[in-house]
Amino acid sequence: MTAQKITIEPVTRIEGHAKVTIHMKDDNTVEHAYMHVNEFRGFEKFCEGRLYFEMPEITPRICGICPVSHHLAAAKAGDAITGQTPPRPANLLRELMHMGQIIQSHGMHFFELAGPDLLLGFDASPEIRNVVGLIGANPDLTVKAVMLRKFGQEIIKTLGGRKIHPVFALPGGVNKSLKIEERDGILKGVDTAIETLKVGLTIMKDWAEKNMEDINKFAVFPTGYFGLTTPDNGLELYDGDVRLISREGKEMERFPIANYLDIIQEHVEPWSYLKFPYYKKMGYPDGVYRVGPLGRLNVAEKIDTPLANEELKVFKSLNKGKPVENTLYYHYARLIEALFATERVRVLCEDPDILSTDVLNTHKNYTGHGVGVIEAPRGTLIHDYTADENGKLLKVNLIVSTGHNNWAMSNAVDSVAKTYVKGPQVTEGMLNRVEAAIRAYDPCLSCSTHAVGQMPIQLEILNPDGSLRQTVTRD
Amino acid sequence: MTKPKIASDWMCGCAGCHMSLLDMDERILKVVELADLRSTPITDMKEPDESGVDVGVLEGGINNTANEEVALKMRKRAKILVALGDCAVFGGVPAMRNFCGVEAALKRAYEESESNEPGSQIPNDPELATMTKTRAIQEVVPVDYSVPGCPPDADVIFYVLAELAQGRKPELKDELLHWH
Repeated sequence: MTAQKITIEPVTRIEGHAKVTIHMKDDNTVEHAYMHVNEFRGFEKFCEGRLYFEMPEITPRICGICPVSHHLAAAKAGDAITGQTPPRPANLLRELMHMGQIIQSHGMHFFELAGPDLLLGFDASPEIRNVVGLIGANPDLTVKAVMLRKFGQEIIKTLGGRKIHPVFALPGGVNKSLKIEERDGILKGVDTAIETLKVGLTIMKDWAEKNMEDINKFAVFPTGYFGLTTPDNGLELYDGDVRLISREGKEMERFPIANYLDIIQEHVEPWSYLKFPYYKKMGYPDGVYRVGPLGRLNVAEKIDTPLANEELKVFKSLNKGKPVENTLYYHYARLIEALFATERVRVLCEDPDILSTDVLNTHKNYTGHGVGVIEAPRGTLIHDYTADENGKLLKVNLIVSTGHNNWAMSNAVDSVAKTYVKGPQVTEGMLNRVEAAIRAYDPCLSCSTHAVGQMPIQLEILNPDGSLRQTVTRD
Repeated sequence: MTKPKIASDWMCGCAGCHMSLLDMDERILKVVELADLRSTPITDMKEPDESGVDVGVLEGGINNTANEEVALKMRKRAKILVALGDCAVFGGVPAMRNFCGVEAALKRAYEESESNEPGSQIPNDPELATMTKTRAIQEVVPVDYSVPGCPPDADVIFYVLAELAQGRKPELKDELLHWH
């Protein structure tokens, strides 16, 4: 008897390298599907011995899609190491750069990475199921999407000199104030960006209406949810306490990030270089939770900008006020967050302090230890550094956004494979849905494997005895 | 005339070079006009055409056995191979791992990290690639063009791709080779 295995490698339109293996039963149904994250780089080790103030430049090289997250988390850990609390204008400027990143990352994911599945269809030919196919199908929309990403990237460049791997934040603040003409330049783009996001929301809602059956059977499962929060439980992306809610939506923990080791722990599986964080008190896997757009909107009770808050009310009604469990609603949540970030750009730019030159606190009160946190586009990012009296790093621990979602992604892959993949003839479209389960989480596998490097995803279908049944490649 | 085929992939890098490629913004339409984009991380074909592509672009260095396979396959199938960005050209930041070695790095992440479950072990499933020294691409396969930068500027990437797509030889100098 030969058992069968399907391999998908690499999983495309995600950041990094992942591979999926689908193990088949004799009756041509799926026994189990695995997502393997297949690289390891080792930033935690090789940063030992470097100086803490180098980290805002070294750690962005963990991920070129969200380098600003690492840049800012490293600077925030630095603030704590040296006891330099940044002045208010510096925090506003850092947050402004972060909003630029949320807009570019979320915008790119919705339109350019996930968009081809939604706009061209899961079963469209892989030859055209990409951004080039989108250009052919809807050139106006594609140009709008490109310009939305550009709007976010230009904010980063205005502040940090470059669009990718900017040089801006440092312990105690930032290295440059914002000029009035730069501020006005940013403000000019806000309305257009909001219009594009409204188009995106319309596309998303139309798609949801037509594909409700898929939405309700595509990897829907309960977990906890985890993310930063404002003092009154509003959506927060730059700074605040972490709030962890249960699958029913009840608050289980609320804590400053410096205490993270009391709350969460990481599980290691032999088949993936990506670790599996969970809520310590509940154990693994009962204590798994989700982060990122869906997690954060479940954690938040409101959004402090008007347009995004209106959308949030619609989002909250999807599961009658309970946490939304549908993997495919990540796309919807992502657009709501991008809308919030764009509105927030306006709020920040209109703040009288944004043009202040008081952007660096040079008064040190050295502690040698610091934990920095930020809501990266994909979820909560934690940088934990310990340095000696000369500032040389003794220990570095990183818990990266995509890692928190590892269990959820793995479960989504298994669930979608069981729902959609049926033999004897497995079609490319079935397998693309398995990839779409990963894509919905917008994983940043370089990030998550900071630690573990990049994630080639590969899909294999195995027979029950582990022998190879089918390897589906697309070329 | 058929358009030249371009394929790309990323290995041990951060995706920043591909993001910089996207930072050419509306000029991406021009690239699509000049060339046929085949397998890339943002399209859905899984590997460069078996029949070959005209230009293969690789981001990142090589730090495991899976990356070695990607580099060998791209070299075999691409007439011209471009190493894109500092990791591809020199090894880059991830090559810092060579100072401590693979074993120490794996141990720290999976056995010693203070956030790990007690008793955690280094992943060792046969599906996973084996880690190696981190190398520049040219230490593994011959490279035709090296485009340094972390990441190279979108203008530079556009220039290189547009020149190659039109059958010309890109020459990186002056403004196109600024280190920042």
